[in-house]
This record gives sequence, C-alpha cells and structure tokens, in this order.
Amino acid sequence: MADEYIIETFDLIKRYPMGRQELVALKKVNLKFRRGEFSGVIGPSGSGKTTLLNIIGSLDTPSSGSVVVLGEKVETLTPYRSAQLRRRHIGFIFQTFNLLPVYTVFENVEFPLLILKVPPAERRQRVMAALEWVGLADREKSRPNQLSGGESQRVAIARAIVKQPAIVLADEPTANLDAENSYHILDTMVKINQELGTTFIFSTHDEKVIRYLRRKIKLLDGAVVADKHAQPSGRET
Amino acid sequence: MTTLQLAVRNLRAAGIHTWLNAFALSLAFVAIIFGQGLLEGVNRQAEQASIAFEFGDGQFWHKQYDPYDPLTIDNAHAPIPEELKPLLNSGAAMPILIIPGSVYFAGKMLPVLIKGIPADQKVLKIPSAMLTDTTKDLPVLLGQQMAKTAGAGVGDYLTIQWRDARGAFDARQARVVGIMHTSVSTIDQGQVWLPLNKLWELTTMAGQATLITVKKKPIPVPALPDWDFRSLDFLLADLRTMIKTKTVGQSIMFIVLFLLAMLAIFDTQVFSIFRRRREIGMLIALGLTRAQVIAMFTFEGALYGVLATLLGTIYGTPLFIYLSARGISFPGSAQWGFALQERMYPVYPLSLILGTTLLVLITATFVSWLPTRRIARLKPTDALRGKGI
Repeated sequence: MADEYIIETFDLIKRYPMGRQELVALKKVNLKFRRGEFSGVIGPSGSGKTTLLNIIGSLDTPSSGSVVVLGEKVETLTPYRSAQLRRRHIGFIFQTFNLLPVYTVFENVEFPLLILKVPPAERRQRVMAALEWVGLADREKSRPNQLSGGESQRVAIARAIVKQPAIVLADEPTANLDAENSYHILDTMVKINQELGTTFIFSTHDEKVIRYLRRKIKLLDGAVVADKHAQPSGRET
Repeated sequence: MTTLQLAVRNLRAAGIHTWLNAFALSLAFVAIIFGQGLLEGVNRQAEQASIAFEFGDGQFWHKQYDPYDPLTIDNAHAPIPEELKPLLNSGAAMPILIIPGSVYFAGKMLPVLIKGIPADQKVLKIPSAMLTDTTKDLPVLLGQQMAKTAGAGVGDYLTIQWRDARGAFDARQARVVGIMHTSVSTIDQGQVWLPLNKLWELTTMAGQATLITVKKKPIPVPALPDWDFRSLDFLLADLRTMIKTKTVGQSIMFIVLFLLAMLAIFDTQVFSIFRRRREIGMLIALGLTRAQVIAMFTFEGALYGVLATLLGTIYGTPLFIYLSARGISFPGSAQWGFALQERMYPVYPLSLILGTTLLVLITATFVSWLPTRRIARLKPTDALRGKGI
C-alpha cells in the first residue's frame, strides 16, 4: 500500500550548475520510508546525503523526478504550502545546531510552537516536556552562548521534537560533538523514536551514529548503492 | 504569531543593542525637529517683527512708489485720498511721507530717506511718541543701526538736507530724541524719522503721503486711482525669499543628517542580514516563508524608527518646551540681513512634529525593507550553511 510510506522518492535527480557544467548530486534515487523508521543515509562527503535530506524537508526542490512527503508532492508545493509542511510536520537538526542566538533555551524551543500559534499555557507545558526529554529543564533561562556543544545539540533536538512532528531530519547531528555527547544525543533520539513514534532520518558518516541505525542507506556519488535493514548495535563498549 | 510579534521579540531579546540603535536614530530625529523648529521660529519672528514695525496688515502705495528705485521717491507722493480719511481718523491707518535727503554729522554726509510719521500713531510699533517734542528743536528718531553708522546718540544735533516740493534744497538742524531698537533693518539703516506734520511743513507737502499703512486690511479694498493696495503676502514676499535663501544651507545640513541616520539603519540591516544568514535559513526551516522573514526584518528596522520616536519624545519634549520658552541666544544676528532678534524662539507646530515623525517612520521602514530583498533570492540551503549573500 502506497500510503504506508510517509516519504517516497521517484527517480529523484538533483543537478547543480557548476560554471558551464553541471554537478549531478542525486542520480535517480528511489526510496520509501515508513512511519517510525530510525534510518540513515550514509556515505562520504559530497555523496548527496544533505541534498537528499534538504529535498525531503522541502528546503530544496528536485531537478527531475518526484518526492512525496506525507502525501504532498514537494516539487509542486507553493512557498506557503512548503512552509506549512515544515512548520507542522518536519523537525530539523543540523550539525551546527543553528540556535537563535538572542533567544534563551526556552524561547528557542518555544519558537516552533509560537509560529503554530499554540496558546501560551500549552506552549510552556510542551516546551518544558521537550526539555525534560533532553535533560535540560534546568537550563531554560540560559542563552546559547552559555551552553556546551552537547547541550546546544540537545536544545536543537528539543526544538525539533517539541511540535511532535512526523519526521525529524538530522543532518550530521554528531559531527561537532565528542563521543560521550554523541552517545547521549543518540540515546535521546532513540528514546523519542520509540516512545513518540517519530520518524528519524539521519545523514551521517559517523560510525557512532551508524551503529544506532535500524536502516542504512548507502549513497555514493548521488546514487543509492545499498539499502539494508539491520539490528542496531548501539553504544560501543 | 505574527511577524510583527517576532520582530518585537527579537528586538527585546537583543537588549542594549536595540536601545543603542534606537538612541542613535532618535538623535537625528530630535536634531531634525530642533533645526526645523528653529527655522520656523526665525521665519515667524522675522515676519512678526516686519508686520509689527513696518507693514501692519497691508499698505496703500502711491502708484509711483518703488522702494527699490530711489529715482521714483521724489515723485511718489500725493494727497491722502478722501476714501481713506475715515480709517486715518479712527487710528486704523496712518500715512508715511518719504523724501530723499542727506544727513550731516561729525563731518560725515550720509544719503538717507527722510520719513515722516504721525507721532501719535498706534498702527506700527515704531516708538513715534518720542517725536512728540515740546521744544523748538526739530526732533528726529534713528534706528540703532543708523545711529551706529552715523555715530550719533540721543541729544546730538544732525543737519538734515532735502528738496522741497518745488525742488529747492533746504536744510535744518534736528535733535536726536530717541534711538529705536528694532530688528527690522528696512526701517532702520539709511533712514531718519521725523514727525509727519513737521515734514509736511518743511517740504510744503501738507496732507501728502507716500504710503498709508493699515492696522487691518479693509474689506473690500477701495479702488483708488493713484494708489495700489499691497497685501501682506506681497510685502512679505521678499523677506520670505530671503529667509528661504538663507536657510537652504541649513536644510541641506538636516537632509545630510537625515540621510546619515537612514544610512545607519540601512547598514545595520545589511549587516544584520549578513550576520544572521544561518538564522534566516533556520527560520525558513522552522516553517516561515521568505516573505514572512522579509516582513520580520522590515518590522525590526521600522521598530527602530518607532523606538527612536518614543525615545526622542521622552527627552525631546522637555528640551523643545524649554527652548521655545527661553529662546536661544544668537549674538550678531542683525548681520543676517533680515529681521532677526538676538534671542530666537524656536516654534514646534504639531504639523512639523507629526510630519517629521511620519517621515522618519516611513523612510526607516523603506530603508529597512531595501536590503531584505536579498532574502527573497536567498536559498535556505545556502543560508543554513552561512552562505548565499
């Protein structure tokens, strides 16, 4: 059944102009993701991982082919509908955290709920719940420049999950973190995935992340060269 | 959550930076209102002084009279028309006779206009009552600039020479009975004031006048064959042109100041957009459209204008009230060439304040929006990597 999948790509191609030539970042990628998956796109730098996540997150559009996210064709979305899709259903986690620097931890996590016009009392309750999830409830008044890298990424996770999106796209989430913080983050995301049923798609080449994935999609020069389901081995002992 | 609320939240979160920007803009805002108020004050003061000392509410000029052509003065006089006599008798108008002449004092000869004015007139503020002299001397009143030029003081005797109605030269000694303090140089420099009845006597021009000043413009204005009515607008036109010319330089200064303030907003916005590229990318990733991000940045810039207005109002209002009550000292202002007093009283009409506020707000919004157009071309994927602008 097609509607079992919340994300589908059909012959997805992405080209970038490079002077007079073209760089093909994605070559006829066909993938399907089910609700609640904990999967990752793995591959070396320049293999097209981030491009794939950007298109799934409707931050970019395909050059050809089609991408369907929660029943919406990304390539035909108006800017408004595209923003609506991200606002309601997609959470992002980036390598560089991208917290809003002038806001406190609480305000950063609150932001997605503000633009969804959630009432203040419910907002507070949901923000505190999200901060509890990532273990930062006591840092609600801190500013991003007062946080460590691991704490910043945990705030970014709280911000991504606070609206309880169907999909979280995590682009190299552990790249700027040490091993201990990476495992802490990954444990948190596994817990969220299991308890809230949120679909996680990672882009990574970090072995630590790869050990946690239940599905590993290998990209090489823009093409899917492997797509395997596996039992996660978890934290290295 | 509207983009305006987001903008307010961003400005609040930016704390001291927001207030510093707003304060800098408020300085320009207050300086512009201050300068324009001062010009307005100078303008009004000059006009009021000219009306009080020279023009009244209009003048009937003899047809031949042209103040800029000395050759017309000789013939620019005629008997006071019957139609105006009721006004004169009621004190609502007064005649002035002007004849060319010379003054000799302390070895100097100065060409002057000899002006006869009724000593008991109440139409102009000229202190003509000083000319009610009971001695046998011919009394003469000088303006302060004229007295300075001639080197004469109260009690000095001058020799005044003129030509009578038949063209014969005549001269008489006159005693300075008063020095008139006025900022209106056009009734001061190169002029001596005599009682009109004496001047009629000396020139055998009894009952004649060169111009008749009215306290209030008669309605309708009587049509008189040898006389033209000159309205206040006509009489003040030269003064207004002169003020305009003199104030162009200052206006340019305020325009430059205003442009600098706007440039500061523009630069702040350009820098802000450049510095906040990742944030812009993140906002789009979080679900804002580009248009909403543009609106948010534009509101942020426009809110600087609002805050500047508020700040400017807080410290500008008492400052302007104080200045308009106490005035500003301008020593040497008599050299400007038009009626300026040594103390200027700035005037801040509501239209000036509202107009400047609107100008600041609209322009601040516009210059805040200009750089945000780059966001429309910005790819969120580039912005998230801190690239693209």
